[in-house]
Amino acid sequence: MKAAPFAYVRPTTVGDAVSELVDADGDAKVLAGGQSLVPVLAMRLARPAILVDIGAVDGLSSLRRIGDTVEIGAAVRQRRVERDDLTTSVPLLRMALPWVGHRELRSRGTVCGSLAHADPAAELPAVACCLRAELDVVGPDGARTVPALEFFIGAMTTVVGPAEVLVAARFPVADRGEGFGFAELARRHGDFALAGVATRVALDDAGAVREAVLCAFGVSDRPVRRDVTDLLTDDEAALREALEPVATALVDTAGDAHGSAGYRRRLLTVLAARELIAARRRAEEAR
Amino acid sequence: MTGGPARIEDGPLLCGRGRFLDDTDPLPGTLVAAVVRSPHPHAHVRGIDLSRALAHPGVTAVIGPDEVTAALRPFPLSVRTPMPYYPTGTDRVRYVGEPVAVVIATDRYTAEDAAELVEVRYEPLPAVLDTREALEDDAPRLHGEADSNVATDRTFHFGPIEEEFAAAARVVRGEYTFPRYSSVPMECYSVVAEWRDEEDGPAVEAWANFHGPFTMVPVVAGALGLPVSRFRLHVPADIGGSFGIKSAVYPYVTLMALASKHAGRPVRWTEDRTEHLLASSSGADRAMAFEAAVDGDGRVRALRVDLVDNVGAYLRPPEPSTLYRCFGNLTGAYRIGAVELRARAVVTNKAPTGLNRGFGGQQLYFGLERLMDAVAAACDLDPAEARRRNLIGADAFPYRTPSGGVYDSGDYPRAFELALSQVDYPALRARQVEARGRGEFYGIGIAAVVDPSGTNIGYVGLATPAADRASGRGKSGSTEHVRVSVDAQGVVTALLGSVPQGQGHATVARQIVADQLGLPTTSVRVVIDMDTATTPWTVTSGSYSSRFAPLVTSALVEATDRIAATIRTAAGVLLDAKAETLELAGGEVHDPASGQSVAFRHAAGLVHWDPGALPPGAPASLYAEAAFSPPQAQGPTEDDQINSSLCYGFVAEVVAVRIDPLTLEIRIEQVSSVHDAGTILNPQLLDGQVHGALVHGLGGALYEEFRYADSGQPTSATFMDYLCPTAAEADFPLVSSHLETPSPFTRLGAKGCGEGSSMSMPVAIANAVADALAPAGVEITSLPLHGSLLHDLLSARTSDRGVF
Repeated sequence: MKAAPFAYVRPTTVGDAVSELVDADGDAKVLAGGQSLVPVLAMRLARPAILVDIGAVDGLSSLRRIGDTVEIGAAVRQRRVERDDLTTSVPLLRMALPWVGHRELRSRGTVCGSLAHADPAAELPAVACCLRAELDVVGPDGARTVPALEFFIGAMTTVVGPAEVLVAARFPVADRGEGFGFAELARRHGDFALAGVATRVALDDAGAVREAVLCAFGVSDRPVRRDVTDLLTDDEAALREALEPVATALVDTAGDAHGSAGYRRRLLTVLAARELIAARRRAEEAR
Repeated sequence: MTGGPARIEDGPLLCGRGRFLDDTDPLPGTLVAAVVRSPHPHAHVRGIDLSRALAHPGVTAVIGPDEVTAALRPFPLSVRTPMPYYPTGTDRVRYVGEPVAVVIATDRYTAEDAAELVEVRYEPLPAVLDTREALEDDAPRLHGEADSNVATDRTFHFGPIEEEFAAAARVVRGEYTFPRYSSVPMECYSVVAEWRDEEDGPAVEAWANFHGPFTMVPVVAGALGLPVSRFRLHVPADIGGSFGIKSAVYPYVTLMALASKHAGRPVRWTEDRTEHLLASSSGADRAMAFEAAVDGDGRVRALRVDLVDNVGAYLRPPEPSTLYRCFGNLTGAYRIGAVELRARAVVTNKAPTGLNRGFGGQQLYFGLERLMDAVAAACDLDPAEARRRNLIGADAFPYRTPSGGVYDSGDYPRAFELALSQVDYPALRARQVEARGRGEFYGIGIAAVVDPSGTNIGYVGLATPAADRASGRGKSGSTEHVRVSVDAQGVVTALLGSVPQGQGHATVARQIVADQLGLPTTSVRVVIDMDTATTPWTVTSGSYSSRFAPLVTSALVEATDRIAATIRTAAGVLLDAKAETLELAGGEVHDPASGQSVAFRHAAGLVHWDPGALPPGAPASLYAEAAFSPPQAQGPTEDDQINSSLCYGFVAEVVAVRIDPLTLEIRIEQVSSVHDAGTILNPQLLDGQVHGALVHGLGGALYEEFRYADSGQPTSATFMDYLCPTAAEADFPLVSSHLETPSPFTRLGAKGCGEGSSMSMPVAIANAVADALAPAGVEITSLPLHGSLLHDLLSARTSDRGVF
C-alpha cells in the first residue's frame, strides 16, 4: 500500500494549475482534500505521473454568498461548509453533509472534490443535481459554467476534461415555501449509501405544490432526478405505492452483496416517500 | 480478590507511548520486504523471472518458489495428509493473495516498485470455493498427491446413539452454514528476522507480534531445518490486538528468515491492511448438519453432528483444531448422554484459516443453538422452556460429557434464569405479541453455551486415529510458566510468558502477586516482553484459549507461595519467630504471637545481603519459577474421549430485535448477558472482555464476512466491503451480570473469560431474527444477516411483483 512514484506540484494560481495539467498531457490528477484520491494512489489503482495540489491556489478557499447562491471554492473543506452560518441558507446541503463519510474525513475532504470524484453513491452530487447547482470549470480554453445535471456522465466520470479544474460550485439558496428532505441507508453509519434520496418540494403562495422532485443516489451510475409533482400526496403508504414504478425505473444497478437491486428499489421507494412528505412539511413551515 | 486498579497498560497506550514492533528497530541496518502475491485463486506456476526486480535500484535480493523449496521443508502438519504447506506457493498457487516471491530493498516504496517487476507465468486452473462442492468427487483438486480435498475425516461415537434415535419420540434436524470472519486487529502482522551463519551452524533471531500457541515455534524451526534452540523469537510487550488472528504470522517469520539469508541483512516486513484482509487468517467457515433424538418431554437424548470446516488452501497448523477445540463440550450446556461426530476439514481456494476469538465455539453453537430452537418448535415449547428442560443441573458437577469433557463447576439453571429475568422475558414476549398484532417483526433469541478455557493440547491428537497415534509420542497438557523474583529492596518482578495482545495481563498479574504477598501493587512490576531465550516457556505457552485467568494466575500463586516461604524464613530470623506462623500483609511480615512486624523489604534484603543468617539448609533464593500443569489435561483415551479444556464457564444470552418492516433494518432492542467465569479477578477487565466479545459476535451476526466471487476472487479485501461494527453499531442496551462458581481445578477458582459471547452472540442474534421472521415463513440457517438478505428471503416467498 505505497503509491507508485509521482511528481508533486503546488501551484498558487488557477492559471498555473491549468498549465501543469496541460503539460502533463492527461497523466495528472488534481489533489484537493485527498480523501478518495490518496487511498486510490496507495493501492496503486491510479498512478498519475503528477499530482497538482490546488490547496494553495489563490481564491479557491472562499465560501461566500453571491446573489441567490452560495459559492463554494474548490479548496473549501466539507466540515467548514457543514458548520458555517452562511450555509444555513442551503438547508439541503446542511442535511446531507453529516452523511458524508465521518467527521474526520469531512475535515479534510472538499465539496468540489466529492463532486469531481463523482462516486455514484456519494451524497453531494445528488444534492447538486436536486438543487440544479452550477459548477465552474476552468481549462486552457478559459472558464465555463456547467449545470449539475449535465456535469455527471457516468460512474466516477464528469465532463471535466483532463486539463480542466473544477474551481467552484454554486448552490441556490432556499426560497420561501421551499422544503427539503434527505436520507440514505447503508449497512453501517458512514458507509456509501445502498440507496439515498434528496428531495425538494416548492409551494406556491396559496400553499399548493408547485414542484416536487427527488434525486436518488447509490442506485445508478450517477445521481438521477425525477419530477414527481403529480404523484405527491400526504398519505405515505399511497405515496410509496405511487413511487414504486419510479423507483423501479431509477434503480439501474446489478447490486452487490450489501444491497441487491431489489433491495435498493425497496429502500428508494421507502426513503423517497418519507422524505418527500418531510420536505412538504418543511415547505409549509417555510411559507 | 475482587476490585482493583484501572489498567496500568492504558496510560502509555493512550499517550502514544506504546512500543509496537513497527515502532522499534531492534537490528540497525534492517532492510524492508514486500511480498508478491498470487492474483489467481488456483494456477500452475509455469515460470518465474526475478531478474528485472533484482536489477531495480535499491533492491538487495529477491526470492521465489525455487529459493523456498531449496532451503525450507514443508511445515510439519497436525495430520499425515499429503498437502505440503510452504510459506509461498511452489509449483502452484492456491488462493488469491498467496505469497509467491519476496523483494528485499532499502524501503517499502522501492520494494513495492520492484515487486511489480517480478514476472510470474501462471496457467490458471479451475477453482473451488464452496465447502460442500469441494467434497464432490469431480471438484477441482487442490493437492495432486492427495486423493481428495478432504484433509481429515474422522467419526466418533459416544454412548448409545442408535438406541436413542430408535427410541426417540421425534428426530429434529437442521443444516446450517457459518461464515468466515476475523477479528481484524488494529495492528497488522509485523516481523523482523535475521539469518546468521554462525561457527556452529546457522541460527535465526526474529521479532514478531506472535502470541502463541508456542507449538508453532517447533513448527517454524522444523521448516527452517533448525533445532528449536537455534531459533530465538522475541515478542514485544505491546501487541495491537489479535484475538487469535496473529497466531498465523509464523509462516512469515519463516519466510523473512529465508529472505534475510539471501539479503545478508536483517529483514523487516510489516503487513498492510490489504494484505491482512486478503491473506492473513480468519475463523474457518463451516457447513454442518445436526440431528437430535428427542423424547416426549422435549429432552434431547442423543445428538448426531456432522461438521465440515473450510480451512482454505492448506491445513495450516494449528488447523484442523477448529474442529476439535470444543470436543469435550460438543453437547454444550445440555445433559445429552450420547453423541456422534463426523469431523471433516476440506481444502478450497480460499485463504487458510486458524484461531479467531471463540475458536470453534461460534461455529458449533450456531448449529447446536439453532437446533435447540428447532427442538422447541417441534415440541411446541417456548425456546426458554426447551432449554430449561435440557440444562445440566447444578448438582451434577463435576459433570462428565459423553465425549470426555469434565465440566468443573457451574450453576447453569440459575445463570439461565437470571439472563431471562433481568430483562423480564415474559414482558419481551408480550411486546412481541403486540408488535405482531401491528404487523411488525419482533423477535427474541436465546443462547446458552459452555465456554471452554485453558485448552488441553491433547485434542490435537484426535485428528489421528487412536491406532495410529504413536505410543510414547502422545500429546497432553495445558502448562503455563511464570517466574517471580524479589530484589534487594523488596520489589517483586513477575515475568510472564503469556504474551498479551492488549488484554491487561500485567494489571491483573500485579494485583494477584501483590495480594498473595501482602504488598501494595506499587511494589510489584510485571514484565510481559517475550524472549524464547530467557522467558520461561513451553509449547503450550501463549495467549490463546483464554488461558491467562485459569492457568497463568495459578502459576503465579504457586510461584508466590514459594517466595512467601523464603520471606517468612528470613523474617523469622529477624523476628526470632517460627517462620510458618508469620503473616504477610500491608507490606510487612507480622508475628501474631508477639505482635511484632518486620518490613517485607527487610526480609528480602536479608536474603540478598546476609544469607549466612538464614537457618541451615534454608534456600537463599528469591527466584521462583512455577509451571502450572493441571492433571485434568490428559491425552485422549483409546476410545477417543478427551477433556479438551481445563475449565468450562457458562454464558446465557437473550437478544430482542426489531426489524423495520419497510427497510428491513435489524435493530437490536435489548441484550441480556450472564457470564460465569468462576472467581472474578478484575471486574472492570471482565466487563471489557464481555463487551468486546459481544461486539465481535455482533460483527459475525450482522456485518463481517470474507466473501469470494464464484471466480475465486475475494470481494471483501478492503474496509469498504469487510464491515466491522463501529461504536455507532454497538449502541444496543445491555444488561450484563456475573455468577461466580469457582473452578476447583485452578488456584484462584478463575476460569477464562476472553471469548464467551463471541461464541453465543452470533446465534443469539440469529435466533432473534429467525423468531421475528417466523410468521413470514422464513428460515435462518446462515450469517451474516442484513436488510438485503432479508429482502431476498422474503421476496422469494411471494409472487407479488411489487418492490416489497
